Amino acid sequence: MSIPNIIPITEELIAAHGLKPEEYQRILDLIGREPTFTELGIFSAMWNEHCSYKSSKKWLRTLPTTGPRVIQGPGENAGVVDIGDGDCVVFKMESHNHPSYIEPYQGAATGVGGILRDVFTMGARPIAAMNALRFGAPDHPKTRHLVSGVVAGVGGYGNSFGVPTVGGEVEFDPRYNGNCLVNAFAAGIAKTDAIFLSEAKGVGLPVVYLGAKTGRDGVGGATMASAEFDESIEEKRPTVQVGDPFTEKCLLEACLELMQTGAVIAIQDMGAAGLTCSAVEMGAKGDLGIELDLDHVPVREINMSAYEMMLSESQERMLMVLEPSKEEVAKAIFVKWGLDFAIVGKTTDDLRFRILHQGEEVANLPIKELGDEAPEYDREWREIGSLSPLDTADVEEPEDYGQALLDLLGSPNNASRRWVWEQYDTLIQGNSLQIPGGDAGVVRVEGHQTKALAFSSDVTPRYVEANPYEGGKQAVAECWRNLTATGAEPLASTDNLNFGNPERPEIMGQLVMAIQGIGEACTALDFPIVSGNVSLYNETNGEAILPTPTIGGVGLIDDWNHMARIGGARNGDAVILIGGDCSHLGQSAWMRDCLGRAEGAPPPVDLMEERRNGDFVRSAIRNGQVTSCHDISSGGLATTLAEMAMASDLGMQLGLSACHGPAHALLFGEDQARYVVTVPGDLAGYVMASAEGAGVPFRHLGAMSGDSLRIEGLMSVPVSALRATHESWFPAFMDVPEALAAE
Amino acid sequence: MKAAVILLPGLNRDRDMIAALTKISGQAPQTVWQTETSIDDDVDLIVIPGGFSYGDYLRCGAIAARMPVMQTVREKAEKGTRVIGVCNGFQILLEAGLLPGALMRNASLKFVCREVRLEVANANTVFTQGYSQGQVIRCPVAHHDGNYFTDADTLAEIEANNQVAFRYTADTNPNGSLNNIAGIVNKAGNVLGMMPHPENLIEPAHGGSDGRALFESALGLVEA
Repeated sequence: MSIPNIIPITEELIAAHGLKPEEYQRILDLIGREPTFTELGIFSAMWNEHCSYKSSKKWLRTLPTTGPRVIQGPGENAGVVDIGDGDCVVFKMESHNHPSYIEPYQGAATGVGGILRDVFTMGARPIAAMNALRFGAPDHPKTRHLVSGVVAGVGGYGNSFGVPTVGGEVEFDPRYNGNCLVNAFAAGIAKTDAIFLSEAKGVGLPVVYLGAKTGRDGVGGATMASAEFDESIEEKRPTVQVGDPFTEKCLLEACLELMQTGAVIAIQDMGAAGLTCSAVEMGAKGDLGIELDLDHVPVREINMSAYEMMLSESQERMLMVLEPSKEEVAKAIFVKWGLDFAIVGKTTDDLRFRILHQGEEVANLPIKELGDEAPEYDREWREIGSLSPLDTADVEEPEDYGQALLDLLGSPNNASRRWVWEQYDTLIQGNSLQIPGGDAGVVRVEGHQTKALAFSSDVTPRYVEANPYEGGKQAVAECWRNLTATGAEPLASTDNLNFGNPERPEIMGQLVMAIQGIGEACTALDFPIVSGNVSLYNETNGEAILPTPTIGGVGLIDDWNHMARIGGARNGDAVILIGGDCSHLGQSAWMRDCLGRAEGAPPPVDLMEERRNGDFVRSAIRNGQVTSCHDISSGGLATTLAEMAMASDLGMQLGLSACHGPAHALLFGEDQARYVVTVPGDLAGYVMASAEGAGVPFRHLGAMSGDSLRIEGLMSVPVSALRATHESWFPAFMDVPEALAAE
Repeated sequence: MKAAVILLPGLNRDRDMIAALTKISGQAPQTVWQTETSIDDDVDLIVIPGGFSYGDYLRCGAIAARMPVMQTVREKAEKGTRVIGVCNGFQILLEAGLLPGALMRNASLKFVCREVRLEVANANTVFTQGYSQGQVIRCPVAHHDGNYFTDADTLAEIEANNQVAFRYTADTNPNGSLNNIAGIVNKAGNVLGMMPHPENLIEPAHGGSDGRALFESALGLVEA
């Protein structure tokens, strides 16, 4: 049944639209009358947290967003960064948390679809994707179901669309029991002189609807994503959209073909809040009004009301302003690809957003104010006190270091993620140089002999929880370090800030301090934020997720013949630690996962040291001196060494006698700004002398040899045993009958 | 020899295939859209690439197999033109009746992308003559429906006629295929269907070039 547009606006209705009484008053003041039902829906769509960033805007403005290579910073569908030779990389990361918890397959699939659309709307062909996923405790009854559905959804959409998934994260923590996180990243390549923006230009030009038909799916999705969860969550299932990667693939090809014809004046994908948000954005940015006649909107269900059409989040749709002389050629392209092409409105000079439906005007609103006059809050926030560092003497050494390492490698958060990424097509397009399992995914730039791009996504939520400021810094530093570990020059980043309810001062405090940390690190490392997304209200029954500001970074490799991988070390290569000896055990993975202790301050991030050590490692890689490289992060030096031994399928004979401090801190502590590199034996002296000259601390740990990871006096574990343990947890967890039954 | 690549909506390894054919043969293949019914007379090799034609809706390859271009492919194949279908291309050739059998959902019920090993089960075809009999090569797979199945009689016939071109080594069968079948040819030997992606392993950047000899063979670039 269709909802008529003559519905009384009651307090309940206003509240059901997620609007606070004072926000409703603002609407009344703005338009000088009571809104129609459709207008109320439009305001709700534009003014919710997800679309308006009303709680975070004040702080987001403090982030560094410019740089010599930055062509487009935040505010468009995606950020754009120059990579030379007339090419640019277009990228963004976006969350689809709420829908993925309600309906894991479709929620994750449409998250991937949405981010891909953001990238190709700007004229770029997507070349890489990543996914940062966070789930509740492995033993929570919903976890297997969510992992199974989300991974299948990510793969189902990305594989069919045809983009290689080259990186990501998967993490478990009880704090995500009621809210899983799905952060999808996509990057594409475009010509710097052929980037398409959403700003409409010209009065009286046709506004064209492209792609799939509009249905009732996803009505109110953005408003749902701006609220906490409670027991009524199952009722929200209809707010989740349904993805169709086939249509999206056709839409990609049709749009790229269309863009070459000169027919596109402005283009905007229909994501959150669908037709409403895309039309308002195009008009408001171009200082133009937009008039839409909904009778021309292609629909797949009968009797849809104006309200439903304006708020539908049906996928695989675009809105564009057309160069009128190109109408026929544009239409022919969409007919060829079996997609809808309909002129649904026009640009006007009156700055009004006017909606016509069945001959009646059902909305007439000031277009600029819809976006610009959205409420903006300076929410109360509380400074999060810092914890004192944990004294390593308070932590007992393990009796058996070899067993401790195996316990760590076989634990849910440190085990191999192969089970996940083998369900993603990592090779399609034929340009993947490094697939998941190393520090960063690497994809070569088509049409260029030696150039490649590196991608990594990082955050350590337990650090952010313990100290949001240092944790924010660390997320950026680790991303920068992972790119550096391949030999890439980190170019720019995108942030996906996942937090709880910002109306609580302690949550707002996490957000504010994390942004401050991110800002400082991005400035110090010349790693500007060029796009991003904020996801708040990740809470269920008042319990918030761990604060999770995911950073997605992009780096440039000039010559992929001189890049480094996690594997590839040869027998006899020297194993060298770059960076200082480790002395912090606080918030380490080993303490959390093997001792059950989440204590103390996280390791501090010294950004000058980070930069100095990273610059040294990068130049050694680019000079062809490094046979393999891996950064040190969760799990400490021991985990890094084990992962390198497994990747090279070669043992190591090492000793820590030159290092200072207790062995458990040296091996399992997570001090920052550190790497392990392997270099040919005859270059070891030269590389260490260079490090000394550059003021970079280092330790010569030993050499690659044999078939065991042997650390003198501490452990000797066969590489085959490391691998068996590392590879077994995930399949054992997921490939059980209960997991299949939950699908 | 000249190649043509068939294009259908939803295919997504078409660009990989075009790049591989161009790099190996030195010339770009002709591309033929699904509604076209003419393929250049001088084309000696037709390739149907991988992907998700028509979203794999209905059944993998079922809709694509009924598009106009496939009638032309059929006619050319009957006249002896070489045809290769890779992944979704293999599924389309099965649905079009140009090869026997069917591809079911992987035994794991999951999409799988990894490197497998293939044994060249018959090096005496126009597609495999660049390999030696029994040679084991590396090759990536990336599919959700690659579990080859057919009835017992057909299977016996395929085996008796040496129509199995490639088999997964027993320890790397990624999908549960009968007899570890990864690729088969038709009776006449001029139509090959295979699930693995040789086009993604043809140059140093791919980490190896074991897939190259297949295209070199099919393009007549190796001595028989």
